Amino acid sequence: MSYDLDFEKPLAEIDRRIGGLRKRGDKARPEEVAALERELAGATADVYGRLTPWQRVQVARHKDRPYTSDYIRFLFPDFFEMRGDRRFGDDRAIIGGMATFAGRTVMVIGHQKGRDTKERMECNFGMAHPEGYRKALRLMQHAERFGFPVLTFIDTPGAFLNLAAEERGIAEAIAENLQVMAVLGVPIISTIIGEGGSGGALGIGVGDRILMLENSVYTVASPEAAASILWKSNDYAPQAAEAMKITAADLLELRLIDRIIREPLGGAHRDHRATAEALGAALSEELAQLVALPSGVLLDHRYSRLRAIGAPASVAV
Amino acid sequence: MHQPETNGNGTFNGAASGATKLAPANVATRCEKCRKMLFTRDLEKTQKICPECGYHFRLTAEERVESLVDDYGAFQWMDDDLRSADPLHFSSRNVAYAEKLDEARAKTGISESVIAGMGAIGTHRVSLAVMDFRFIGGSMGTVAGERLTRAIERGAEGRCPVIIFSASGGARMQESLFSLFQMAKTSAALTRLRTVQQPFISVLTDPTTGGVTASYAMLGDVIIAEPGALIGFAGPIVIEQSIHQKLPPDTDTSEFALAHGMIDMIVDRRSMKVTLTHLLKLYAGKR
Repeated sequence: MSYDLDFEKPLAEIDRRIGGLRKRGDKARPEEVAALERELAGATADVYGRLTPWQRVQVARHKDRPYTSDYIRFLFPDFFEMRGDRRFGDDRAIIGGMATFAGRTVMVIGHQKGRDTKERMECNFGMAHPEGYRKALRLMQHAERFGFPVLTFIDTPGAFLNLAAEERGIAEAIAENLQVMAVLGVPIISTIIGEGGSGGALGIGVGDRILMLENSVYTVASPEAAASILWKSNDYAPQAAEAMKITAADLLELRLIDRIIREPLGGAHRDHRATAEALGAALSEELAQLVALPSGVLLDHRYSRLRAIGAPASVAV
Repeated sequence: MHQPETNGNGTFNGAASGATKLAPANVATRCEKCRKMLFTRDLEKTQKICPECGYHFRLTAEERVESLVDDYGAFQWMDDDLRSADPLHFSSRNVAYAEKLDEARAKTGISESVIAGMGAIGTHRVSLAVMDFRFIGGSMGTVAGERLTRAIERGAEGRCPVIIFSASGGARMQESLFSLFQMAKTSAALTRLRTVQQPFISVLTDPTTGGVTASYAMLGDVIIAEPGALIGFAGPIVIEQSIHQKLPPDTDTSEFALAHGMIDMIVDRRSMKVTLTHLLKLYAGKR
């Protein structure tokens, strides 16, 4: 796998030298290759150890980053896909279905960006129309009926913004999900696996636990959009990314999320399987805690969490 | 964003535009729809509706409350003490968010983008919250979210209807994820109102977009809009800029929302109080 992000240039250079040595075949000195590989690992750890928020946005959007379908493949081998909102259509930007996980049936729902051009077009790059949120709603209510915990995977630049989405009520579709998820009678764990973009992310993101992969981001508006509004130019996206506190570490410190899942060295895109295993282990631990709670306690906790977000200050008036 | 040719409080600034001394500042106002020059004094008498074309100028939140409640003097303001804790210590272009808040307070004379309290409409006791677009675009941060949530809770606890007048560009970017999560918080609060059989009447005024439409505003048991208001998730400007799609002229208006089944009715401002009173009477009828 190549190193194609801007800040990976030093890594790409070492990688190129390793490639050059390897091309020499038998003449390649194994100890030279090994030394360079150690250098690469060290440099990768160094670069990834101090990513800026804007660099993390690049990693979160990486074309090779694992998507919901990849986690389904690794973590939910008996996944049964359920399609359609029973009202208008089947939105490929949000996929979902039932599967066995940690010894019980769960409902899996996640954004899907699409790997190749064809799939990206089908999935609309993970930007869902109203029918995507309404399919998610149908699946969540189905899960509640059968007592299946809900696991959602968030990875979207945002809900789709076009005439059709407005005509079919994209705002209402998201709003309805927020309300239903607040009181859904089964555990919900939401994980940001890549881009957590605004209302389009939150529309499947209300839960008892909010987890984030180490290099994912979660934000009210894309850094570009925020920059164009607050800095009057989207050239300031790096500054906006910094100021908006969108990284997993920042959001954990602000207590807006519960847990960070470490990614393999050099980012999730370098090792899908290892990322999936780490995610699976975290989900399994969190789920075990949540299913042990009586439904009333679960819902009280969920409501209290939502209610407490962003308590303002009080002044004398 | 909408760019009115006014000085921000809806009035035409004659001096700044080079008009003669016969039209000093604030005496005349140009209608943003039919472009006719109107006497500001006349406009005040018609609840800021253009007598020529019916265009609804934006109201300040205080004007709105005054236009609705039976006794403005007896209206009990609530939660006016809440201020943003500025959880991100945000600043952009070397201007601290805290300064922006101070400026907005000075400019509008109100303490945040939502003001709320308890009052009577047509003798029916209601929990009322009103947004003000002048306050940082009516954006919903932690204070707006908390005031709206408390307004909903007052309805649930005091067993009375909740009425919210929205006017908002959406999320408060300076509070980032705290702002986004207010969508979830307000929507969750509405579930509590549902359990006590009290209605939430959501009134959408110009403009209501973004995270506000994608949460409580579209969750009204009854949803009403003022005529000609911008109502939508993205809004036509953003859609045209982001995907270059050519849009029909009425996209994301009240009329568009009604035609697509998103709202129950469009109500002229002059009939708003009587319409709300009618609705409140119907909801009171069961008990």
